[in-house]
Amino acid sequence: MITLQKVSKTFKRTAVLKKLDLQIQTGDRVALIGSNGAGKTTLIRCLLGEYSFDGEITVNRLDPRKDRREVLSSIGFVPQLPPPLKMPVQQLLNFAASVCDCGIEEMEHVTDQLGLDLSAIRRQPFVKLSGGQKQKLLIAIALGRPTNLLIMDEPAANLDPKARHILFSMLEKRQKKNAMLISSHRLDEVASLVNRVIELDRGEVILDDRVDDSIELSSLLNCTISTTRVEPAFSTAISSWGFGNQGGETEWSGAIPGPDRLRFLGMLSRYAALLSSVHIEENREQTAGSGLHV
Amino acid sequence: MRHTWLTAKADISESLRSRWFMIYSIVFGGIIALLFAFGLTESRIMGFVGLSRLLITYIQLSMAILPIFILITTIRSVAGDRDAGIFEYLLSLPVSLSSWFWGKMFGRFAVVFMPVFLAMAGAIVWGVIQGMEIPWSLFLYYTAFLFSLSWCFLGIGMLISTLARSPDVAQGSAFLVWLFLLLFLDLILLGILIQQQVSSETIVTIALSNPLQVFRTASMLLFDPQLVLLGPSAYLILDHFGEFWYLIWAMVYPLALGTVTATTGYLLFRRGDQL
Repeated sequence: MITLQKVSKTFKRTAVLKKLDLQIQTGDRVALIGSNGAGKTTLIRCLLGEYSFDGEITVNRLDPRKDRREVLSSIGFVPQLPPPLKMPVQQLLNFAASVCDCGIEEMEHVTDQLGLDLSAIRRQPFVKLSGGQKQKLLIAIALGRPTNLLIMDEPAANLDPKARHILFSMLEKRQKKNAMLISSHRLDEVASLVNRVIELDRGEVILDDRVDDSIELSSLLNCTISTTRVEPAFSTAISSWGFGNQGGETEWSGAIPGPDRLRFLGMLSRYAALLSSVHIEENREQTAGSGLHV
Repeated sequence: MRHTWLTAKADISESLRSRWFMIYSIVFGGIIALLFAFGLTESRIMGFVGLSRLLITYIQLSMAILPIFILITTIRSVAGDRDAGIFEYLLSLPVSLSSWFWGKMFGRFAVVFMPVFLAMAGAIVWGVIQGMEIPWSLFLYYTAFLFSLSWCFLGIGMLISTLARSPDVAQGSAFLVWLFLLLFLDLILLGILIQQQVSSETIVTIALSNPLQVFRTASMLLFDPQLVLLGPSAYLILDHFGEFWYLIWAMVYPLALGTVTATTGYLLFRRGDQL
């Protein structure tokens, strides 16, 4: 689907991409990771045809620079930082649907699934929405049109756990027909979403590896936690995952999206001294799996 | 064509919600309001009174502020949009670069020209209501000149926006371009060149290639055919051109210059990095 042959990009004598060779096939869910300046954003912009480059890039056998419209028709893109567009939400949706030659209904359906009440924000300028609302809308525009490649820059960063779970479920439905390229600074943010990891460092691929993808993207984990005492910082952190308490603030329960388990455990590790018990079990109504008891 | 229209519409929508557009509209609407308030329709200059007098003053003020306003607002918003990530996102949608660039150009043109035109048209409507004599030919000529001048500086603005990589560099460059054109008005460097006895062909060429000078001379020509108010370069121009052809030149040349600079901007935009 995507082929890069000896792709280089230089800005004023600084080589940002150095003769990259890569192939990404349909079904690949790639985590593109690396520190700042590794070349992730430059690579994405080359794929989107926004940067000129040396070498050859083809997306669905087309050149993103020469066959711009055809290539971009097949790519759904979610940027890390939402653009500060002043146009109202409805107009943005209409604009995106019109230039993509598709209906607006599917985009509206995705916003609905992500828990965004479109009727309340239709007339609001996009720039005035909250970070999470903007992210949901951009995801809806990317997923609500027919594409076979998704390029997302930290797509779940601003989403609440419920919306993350819905996003993961939507990505799961598309994984066989699509390729996905998910850019992130940290692997643990996206590890459970992908089946391949490409790490860039100073414009070169230093790791290209397949990873275990046995976690179902739509799975849910039921979790109960007890703490030895009430700690406001922990209460705030666990509440942000949608957990509720049962009598006092020492007993908590809730559900976490399966692909988020690593992030969740990372958060819990910060309060390890506070924990008296942790029980995590896969929701068997959705998937068969084993439990974890601490 | 549909994508060009959609991009133009989106750009108009973005601009109408911008602060710069509000200030821009207030300035030009305010000029007309102030000219009425200060009774310029009642005063007389070289035999001109009523709306003719008001339009003459309006066009002179427009020449002073319209070019720099268009340059700075175009550059701030285009380079600013690129800087803020708006280009990155909108250019990831399947719009051709020509539709994007020209859509932006047409949309921006509508936004910069309409307030200037509507302010002038508003004065005419008010004149009709008040039963004043309406100088229709002056109004039509000035509309054409302002149309041409707006397009010209918009084209220059789009070219600078394409060339400069940051809003600050773009703004500085725009200011320099404006200053350079301003210096080559007949009252400043052209006058000195004439004093220095530089060949008349050179002076005429400079004057004819400066859109500000072309606009200034043509707008004055309409109420001062002898060009009493103008410096010596205008006499030279009229000797070489004649009144009719000069007015044609004043409409066509800035349009052509704006088109050439915008096209150059587009070709560079298409060839290089769009971000």
